[in-house]
Amino acid sequence: MNDLIREMFFPAFDNPILGQGLDAASLHVPPGRLAFTTDSYVVKPLFFPGGDIGSMAVYGTVNDLAMVGARPLFLSSGFILEEGLPMETLWTVVQSMRLAAEKAGVTIVTGDTKVVDHGKGDGIFINTAGIGVLEHSLEIGPSQVRKGDKILVNGDIARHGVAVLSVREGLEFETHIDSDSAPLADLVATLIRAGIEVHCLRDLTRGGLASALVEIAEQAGLSIGIQEKLLPCRADVKAICELLGFDPLHVANEGRLVVFVPAYQAERALELMKAHEQAQGAALIGEVTAADCRGQVIMRSLIGGNRIVDMLSGEQLPRIC
Amino acid sequence: MKFVDEYRDPALAEQFAQAIRQLVTRGWTIMEVCGGQTHSIMKYGIDQLLPSQVVLLHGPGCPVCVTPVEVLDKALEIASRPEVIFCSFGDMLRVPGSSGDLLSAKAAGADVRIVYSPLDAVKLAKSHPDKQVVFLAVGFETTAPANALAVEQASRMGLDNFTVLVSHVLVPPAIEAILQAPENQVNGFLAAGHVCAVMGCEEYEPIAAQYRVPIVVTGFEPLDILQGIYMCVKQLEEGRAEVENQYARSVRPTGNQPARELIRRVFRVIPRKWRGIGEIPASGLGLAEPYAKYDAEQRFGVAATSVPESSECISGLILQGRKKPPECPAFGKRCTPEQPLGATMVSTEGACAAYYRYARGR
Repeated sequence: MNDLIREMFFPAFDNPILGQGLDAASLHVPPGRLAFTTDSYVVKPLFFPGGDIGSMAVYGTVNDLAMVGARPLFLSSGFILEEGLPMETLWTVVQSMRLAAEKAGVTIVTGDTKVVDHGKGDGIFINTAGIGVLEHSLEIGPSQVRKGDKILVNGDIARHGVAVLSVREGLEFETHIDSDSAPLADLVATLIRAGIEVHCLRDLTRGGLASALVEIAEQAGLSIGIQEKLLPCRADVKAICELLGFDPLHVANEGRLVVFVPAYQAERALELMKAHEQAQGAALIGEVTAADCRGQVIMRSLIGGNRIVDMLSGEQLPRIC
Repeated sequence: MKFVDEYRDPALAEQFAQAIRQLVTRGWTIMEVCGGQTHSIMKYGIDQLLPSQVVLLHGPGCPVCVTPVEVLDKALEIASRPEVIFCSFGDMLRVPGSSGDLLSAKAAGADVRIVYSPLDAVKLAKSHPDKQVVFLAVGFETTAPANALAVEQASRMGLDNFTVLVSHVLVPPAIEAILQAPENQVNGFLAAGHVCAVMGCEEYEPIAAQYRVPIVVTGFEPLDILQGIYMCVKQLEEGRAEVENQYARSVRPTGNQPARELIRRVFRVIPRKWRGIGEIPASGLGLAEPYAKYDAEQRFGVAATSVPESSECISGLILQGRKKPPECPAFGKRCTPEQPLGATMVSTEGACAAYYRYARGR
């Protein structure tokens, strides 16, 4: 185990804090409120087009910090490894975490590794916790959402879920679909720096766009209206969802977020997003329609009817016919 | 998306809706037979575009909904055997039997796998000769050909570790059962396009003639359904009762001959119990004699049991179009997709689930 730590983790995540090899990392943090979060990552398969469990474990936690407007600083990384896991697999995952941390501008400063018996794990489980700092005075969250706020999304939806599905289920699609997995903190910082009064942010993960919007509507006690014709979704992704009976609104994303901004700043926010690497396909998809406490999300369909958008319950299962 | 977007065009949808409004002079009740159509209607809000005189009732064409509890119990019993790999279409996994569902069996250690085609289950049987691979063959005439093909293929490959647990149902007997009910309110039907793509339209002719009811074979996209409704209302207003084909881009009058032939070879028509409705004579398919050894019920000797359904649940009335989901006192309260009381709430295509998902509180 010590060999593993010395030969694999130290060199990969190389930094002076980790290098001290102490029981806990002691950190200098810049002034401002701190943000602190944790998440565990289990994904099957470990590698999928456009990402792997390692990059997900870094971006996922970084993105959670970003959703309160924090600049991510430090991550911890806990590994639960199943006995018999090939070292090359772990090495590839660790290298991917290193690259992802670099890209997201965070340092992995502490960690832990445990090994469980063969059959008691799924190759690798990773837990990461993250600390970030808030360098602005905005309160970002559902309580700040107001009637009339515009809702923006930073790109095409449902790609991660379909990318994972394509390898997990052994489905052979005649098209290549990469996960949208990406760090979002810099995008959020760009908006805040430009003076956009961001009211609420939420990254779209499991449960997709629908679950994120329903959660916000319920927490804020407001109703949200979106329009199907405004939703960005790649044609091949849409076609695969159609074929399997999935609703793209419910399919997982790993590098997408919704941004609630005051109406008067919506256009400017959209411009800023489109100019950012992580939001070139950004779109305005709807608005907060009423402060009626019903907490519903209503979507205007392509043909002009209205329907409720619901949270995903359980897992989406492919249909019979 | 090509061949899909064209059928979701808002301007054309409005044109059809307008044509229906101009045509209608009195109240008509139309039943869409298939759960896929119900799903589309609620998802796109098609009913909101219709004049108030046209009422849509939702029919029994949801294979997941109508699969009886007894079959699910047999599935659970077979799936929990250590030597079995149990394969199913995805949406059967969450349907509750009398003690849990296949997902919970999987969580408890059963080898339950989602397949996208029954032929994948045959492949599994070939690659796992030490295991018994069982496929849950449910559905209407739509899934019957592929399931028949799987059995025939297993037979040709000489696989003796592949069986199917069959619970196939047929549409025309269900339509007749609805029309024969004394409380029937249905004036016209939208028949299920995919079923007719296999079976053709001819078997509906005697029903239209005998019961004086228009039957329009209809697709699943918003424009298909609006056009189907238009054609049905037109027949009703003109006093006609014919079988018409809205879904001509997929449905030939005689259907898909090789697929029908395959069904005839592998299956035979038998009486079937429908969840929520009860037994309907000659309304299902079972394995034909030459293929009897591929019957999982026989292979595993699972006994026929009878399980009472929730007395509170009115899914039988809903599947026959006699009640709408919001008329049920339990709807959305004691009965939700997470805690379904019965058939029509369990599948996403069930009428109750579609209402709950897209239109509760409307």
